[in-house]
Amino acid sequence: MWAKLTATEARRGLLMISPPLIYVLIMLAFPIGAIVLFSFWTQDFMTLDTTFTLQNYREIWAQPIFGALLKRSLFVSGCVTAVTVILAFPVAYFVSFHVKPSRKSLWLFLITIPFWTSYLIRVFLWKVILGYNGVVNSGLVGIGVIDEPLTFILYNVNAVIITLAHAFAPFAILPIFVALEKIDRSLLEASQDLGESKFSTFFRVTLPLAMPGVVAAVLIVFIPTIGDYVTPELMGGAGGKLVANMIQTQFLALNNAPLGAALAIVAMLCVTAISLMFVALNRRWLRGRS
Amino acid sequence: MTLRVYAIAYLIFLYAPIVLLPVFAFNDATIIAFPLSGFTTDWFSQLLTTQALHRSVQNSLYIACITAVLSTILGVCAARAGAMYNFPMKRSIIGLVMIPLVLPEIIVAVSLLVVAIQILDMGLSNWTVIAAHVLICTPFSIAILNGAFQNLDPSMEEAAMDLGESRWSAFRLVTLPLVMPGIVSSMLIAFTISLDEFIIAFFLTGANPTMPVYIWGLLRFPASLPVVMALGTILVSMSIVLLTIAEILRRRGMARVGVKDKGGFL
Repeated sequence: MWAKLTATEARRGLLMISPPLIYVLIMLAFPIGAIVLFSFWTQDFMTLDTTFTLQNYREIWAQPIFGALLKRSLFVSGCVTAVTVILAFPVAYFVSFHVKPSRKSLWLFLITIPFWTSYLIRVFLWKVILGYNGVVNSGLVGIGVIDEPLTFILYNVNAVIITLAHAFAPFAILPIFVALEKIDRSLLEASQDLGESKFSTFFRVTLPLAMPGVVAAVLIVFIPTIGDYVTPELMGGAGGKLVANMIQTQFLALNNAPLGAALAIVAMLCVTAISLMFVALNRRWLRGRS
Repeated sequence: MTLRVYAIAYLIFLYAPIVLLPVFAFNDATIIAFPLSGFTTDWFSQLLTTQALHRSVQNSLYIACITAVLSTILGVCAARAGAMYNFPMKRSIIGLVMIPLVLPEIIVAVSLLVVAIQILDMGLSNWTVIAAHVLICTPFSIAILNGAFQNLDPSMEEAAMDLGESRWSAFRLVTLPLVMPGIVSSMLIAFTISLDEFIIAFFLTGANPTMPVYIWGLLRFPASLPVVMALGTILVSMSIVLLTIAEILRRRGMARVGVKDKGGFL
């Protein structure tokens, strides 16, 4: 039996990959199937009604609050992605092109450290920085730039965007860095030898070649941010709650798991659709350059 | 030059919140705001006497240790399969295994909650948290271990087998020592992720909360915030030490198999 299983390289490889694969199937594919099924059921106070119905989806469509939350969530995720990727690109570029090879790992290490340290406390500290008596306000009042503390930077969507952009920064830098590292430096020299300026070399050679990394960075930031409920809860105030907060409330506070499941699926479908559209729009940069 | 200034400013932006932690942890005031009032170590001594905190820390350590071991074992399987074998549908299978890396965590949380409560009708415990943490840590383990397994010459194991070792002992005697730094590095990273994870743990934690869930509870009470700052200072220093060890080992592992270091582990 064992000898048969390990007879060929393909079988050995499949045998080797099977533990993580089976784990993902049991712990991810099966549970996601379960919430899809669940979203077609309804909660009747304490009992679960298992007749197939589209009622949860109809409710999400009919009640404006869900649409508004979803739109706000997608807007916030979009802004966070744009801010993160645009701020991250020059850093990735700097590390790849201007840092000595021996120092590159040190830079990347410094960039990733904050990412691994206590997420909850980091989010909370942004409240300290942006708050009414916070670092930014007391600093600006102290040097006389403003008379009154700024209030538009906490308990609203702006605060959520700043905090998430900070949390996801390394996620954006690393894929862009990897793509930049792959660029053959002689192409840049060739471009300049052929009369392009440094500026146009960047836009006509470097940037197009770095696009796979940029696309990866966009996806790796955009998709997970939709699922964060900590930052909107702590930083968003009343007007900054997002769809993940609503999913959490439906599951844990309102005990309406089927509606929460439907909401999670709708959010997931929106994110997937937008991501696929984004990849399709950028496909000419992604083709045959791996 | 401008780029360098920008990159340094960016690092300051990244570190700004963390730098504030010790400032308020040693500040003698219950309100977390400027101006500072004086130096104290009271908040740290309060940590020593809070029983509920100790229980949650023990819980989290238990979860994090088991998660680290399990996700590294799964990671070794996937990294070895990816680096050393060709098999049908290799790209899609490995892609599937890496999916938890980009999946919104709340999806993982609610789907496992539904399965545990409604379908299997079992209670929540540390094991439901472990199950989810292994799922999200495995892709990180694979990413780190890929560095260790890449360019590992398969002919070395074959040579050992030709000389009479079994497949398993060839792995244990030849490959394992070479990838050991990567394995330890992967365990440290998985440990750090699990110890810090909140979004999923909040849904799946049983009667005994994990440490981040306990901290979340504290954040609601303004009086307990300085203690949270003190706890945060300890956690951040601890994870910096762990990550530094992980990074050193990762580099040593890559040097051992003769791969040029291309930077971070993602």
